[in-house]
Amino acid sequence: MAHSPTRIAHREAAHGTFTSYLAGFGICLVLTGLSFGAVMSGMIPHDRIFPTIVGLAVAQLLVQLILFLHLGTAPEQRNNTVIFVLTGMLIAIIVAGSLWVMHNANTNMMPTHMSIERARAKD
Amino acid sequence: MLGKLSLDAIPLHEPIIMGTGVVVALGGLVVLALLTRYRLWGYLWKEWITSVDHKKIGVMYFILGLVMLLRGFADAIMMRTQQAMAAGGAEGYLPPHHYDQIFTAHGVIMIFFVATPFILGLMNVVVPLQLGARDVAFPFVNSLGFWLSAMGAILVMISMWVGDFAATGWVAYPPLSELGYSPTTGVDYFIWSLQISGLGTTLAGVNFVATIFKMRAPGMNLMKMPVFCWTALITNILIVAIFPVLTATLAMLAADRYLGMHFFTNELGGNAMMYINLIWIWGHPEVYVLILPCFGVYSEVIATFSGKPLFGYKSMVYATSSIGVLSFMVWLHHFFTMGSGANVNAFFGIMTTIISIPTGVKLFNWLFTMYRGRIRFHSATLWTIGFMVTFAVGGMTGVLLAVPGADFVLHNSLFLVAHFHNVIIGGVVYGCLAGMSFWFPKVFGFTLNEFWGKVSFWCWLIGYWLAFTPLYVLGFMGMTRRMNHYDMPEWQPWLQVALVGAIIVGLGILAILIQLYVSIRDREQNRDVTGDPWDARSLEWSRPSPVPFYNFAHVPEITSLEQHWENKEKGRVEVRRYEDIHMPKNTGAGFLISVWSFILCFALVWHMWLIAGASLVATIITFILRTYDRDTDYWVPADEVARIEGAWHASMKEAA
Amino acid sequence: MNMHSPAVSGGHHPRDHDHGHDSGSTTVLGFWIYLMSDCLIFCSLFATFGVLAESYAGGPTGRELFDLPYVGAETVLLLISSFTFGMANLNMNAARTRKVIRWLAITFLFGAAFIGMEINEFAHLVAEGAGPGRSAFLSAYFTLVGTHGLHVTSGLIWLAVMIDQTRRFGLDAVVRRRLACLSLFWHFLDLIWICVFTFVYLHGVL
Repeated sequence: MAHSPTRIAHREAAHGTFTSYLAGFGICLVLTGLSFGAVMSGMIPHDRIFPTIVGLAVAQLLVQLILFLHLGTAPEQRNNTVIFVLTGMLIAIIVAGSLWVMHNANTNMMPTHMSIERARAKD
Repeated sequence: MLGKLSLDAIPLHEPIIMGTGVVVALGGLVVLALLTRYRLWGYLWKEWITSVDHKKIGVMYFILGLVMLLRGFADAIMMRTQQAMAAGGAEGYLPPHHYDQIFTAHGVIMIFFVATPFILGLMNVVVPLQLGARDVAFPFVNSLGFWLSAMGAILVMISMWVGDFAATGWVAYPPLSELGYSPTTGVDYFIWSLQISGLGTTLAGVNFVATIFKMRAPGMNLMKMPVFCWTALITNILIVAIFPVLTATLAMLAADRYLGMHFFTNELGGNAMMYINLIWIWGHPEVYVLILPCFGVYSEVIATFSGKPLFGYKSMVYATSSIGVLSFMVWLHHFFTMGSGANVNAFFGIMTTIISIPTGVKLFNWLFTMYRGRIRFHSATLWTIGFMVTFAVGGMTGVLLAVPGADFVLHNSLFLVAHFHNVIIGGVVYGCLAGMSFWFPKVFGFTLNEFWGKVSFWCWLIGYWLAFTPLYVLGFMGMTRRMNHYDMPEWQPWLQVALVGAIIVGLGILAILIQLYVSIRDREQNRDVTGDPWDARSLEWSRPSPVPFYNFAHVPEITSLEQHWENKEKGRVEVRRYEDIHMPKNTGAGFLISVWSFILCFALVWHMWLIAGASLVATIITFILRTYDRDTDYWVPADEVARIEGAWHASMKEAA
Repeated sequence: MNMHSPAVSGGHHPRDHDHGHDSGSTTVLGFWIYLMSDCLIFCSLFATFGVLAESYAGGPTGRELFDLPYVGAETVLLLISSFTFGMANLNMNAARTRKVIRWLAITFLFGAAFIGMEINEFAHLVAEGAGPGRSAFLSAYFTLVGTHGLHVTSGLIWLAVMIDQTRRFGLDAVVRRRLACLSLFWHFLDLIWICVFTFVYLHGVL
């Protein structure tokens, strides 16, 4: 399958350049550093740390998806992007659903000191 | 070296098992002798075992499904007999441990090794033909996937005579399935046979999604794709999404049993409820994996035999897609009683009720397709009508069970057993059998015997209703599932009726075998010369029966949803010069890799670490070596295409 | 699966209708679908880890066990290997066979170093009595991180095979196609690792 030079140039957009890889690498390095820093430095209030690192992780995922895995909206990337978005949706359903279901089960099934009569009287 | 395996593993003290073993062994020997006598080994190897032709792989899936149906049905009839006998003080003829293995094996076999191979078989045969493609996207992966599934089936069969099978129910809930409560190899057989066949199914799913996305004939956009392909697409997306969940869940159970971990144990923080949660994230979409392609079959059959285009094609597509999405949001209705509380139960109850709506849409579409059509009562039509009646009832009992309050009464009762048999027999089995009688001539070149097909249909229909209506009643009477014996004499008459029903279903299965025999015997009378025996509507019927191995001499150009029908109406005939056709070469690699994986799984079941390690290495090396094979395809010369096509045209002229 | 055989011309190429795509795009799409299904294996393991994350059963917690600078070093190794694979990719597009081989080999080294560090980490934990059988939390931890490690190991085997195939066959269509798939696989493993260090390690010490 010989590739004509124009073909290669055409594909370049979807397959990355040296600059895009270097940029991706740099950004990811920074984001990783920020994540570890947020936890290790103690500079962020404790209850804000988790949202911060989740945000940084999502940012890094997006950077890698676009710059390394070449997801995008160009015609030849579109199939992969749609499939990925669908997968992301299923992952969200499964993880969130499981945590929700199991949290509820844990809360409701824990032994309680309340007698049946009191529980009835309350509701 | 041999791990836990010793001669004690063979249940010599169980006359029923050993008797079956002797029969199977003798039957096997006869088959082997016949194969040798007629020198068929080479033919079998060259034409079937190494084949990457999607039609042959489809046929092999179907044969696997039929053989395993016999085993699964034998389990069913044994359970029905036991329950019909074991009332009051009577204990029946099956000791509890054996009985427990039977109901587990029945469920596992029917879902994984009957229904799944049937639908994969149908999709293999039909999807590329309807798309106008010459093969699937990855023919080698197709062969590998089939053989992995087949090896899983063999593993389940072997468990009958070497060791035992799981006695836990077909989804093997922990902590019962943990080492402490199931110390024998039964659950290990369960785990590894499902892992290996699940891998095969995942590969098949990846293959079909890629095939449908990439290999449609020019001009066939997604909304010009036959409904069966749409249902196949959604089914395979579901397969790709859920089988990994099953793999991960079973891997965690295996980690508990093999590596002393504590995912689902009672000790050290394990949480058995998480297993139940995960297995149903797989399990619920799985039932849609099975039923959706059958909906596709009914759509093709009913349009063809009503002589009308399918009513509401678009609504069919949207209904199928929305079922696909919704099927991920209902899993908890399998364990309302686990105790997640009112909010959770209400959410999943409502979602379950909602998912019945697109299914209802489909039912009306089929009815409107029949409305004012010229209906021909072929056996495929009968299966479809039988399905509509039976499945509607199953759907309604399902909506009843979706109400959490009602479910607290009916959970794990025979009402539930009746419900899912109602939808699986009435939906999946009828659908696969309809598909078989519909597409059989396309693969083999002659139609199936109609008389025995109709006998089979009536036996299945009457047998189903006789066998399972009593179970609905028994559910209301409070009988739970999986009982070895019971003290309530008033249950017994119902269970005896159910046994009669099961026997009639058995006659239906027998009728299928007779139908196959008679049809093969009389094949010359039933030749399908035209390639379009039902005056049908989609692309596969534009080709001769049996379809040549390259499927299409010319890749068809698609301008219409019912291309073949339109071509017939307008009297279009394609005249083009024949060209060389590019085809994949057969390969034994898929079979070989599967054999290694089979040895790997068997060795893992029996803790033979050395053999397991060696066969794992062999699996990987065989796979790598296959990637070094650069000679995987060839060209069929245009002359040969012209010769094959010419013979078909000549025989059509002769018939006309 | 390669439709373009130079020996025969004039053959109709049915798979080419899709906007002039080459047949390799079918394979890459198929592999991407497979990767997404792999994603759901990790999804199940993450969900399980989430449920069992505090089931210490009186055993050690993440805060006591995890050594963040060490994990940081692992992360950087994997990130560098992603970048070096990118370099192999660029050279493949430019058809520079020897440079492709060199970058693949460098990627292999970084991947192997990552695996070495992970094995070392696991060995330490087991030696401290914090093995996978100690608590549900540790079972989930070892299985999740170990599954990622197994994937990287398969990636290493694949890399070795591809280095050999590139040397043997040159950058022909089949090798390019496979390198494209491997590239997706390798970058995908880095994506998983981002989730691992965020939700397992960093969240574990909070």
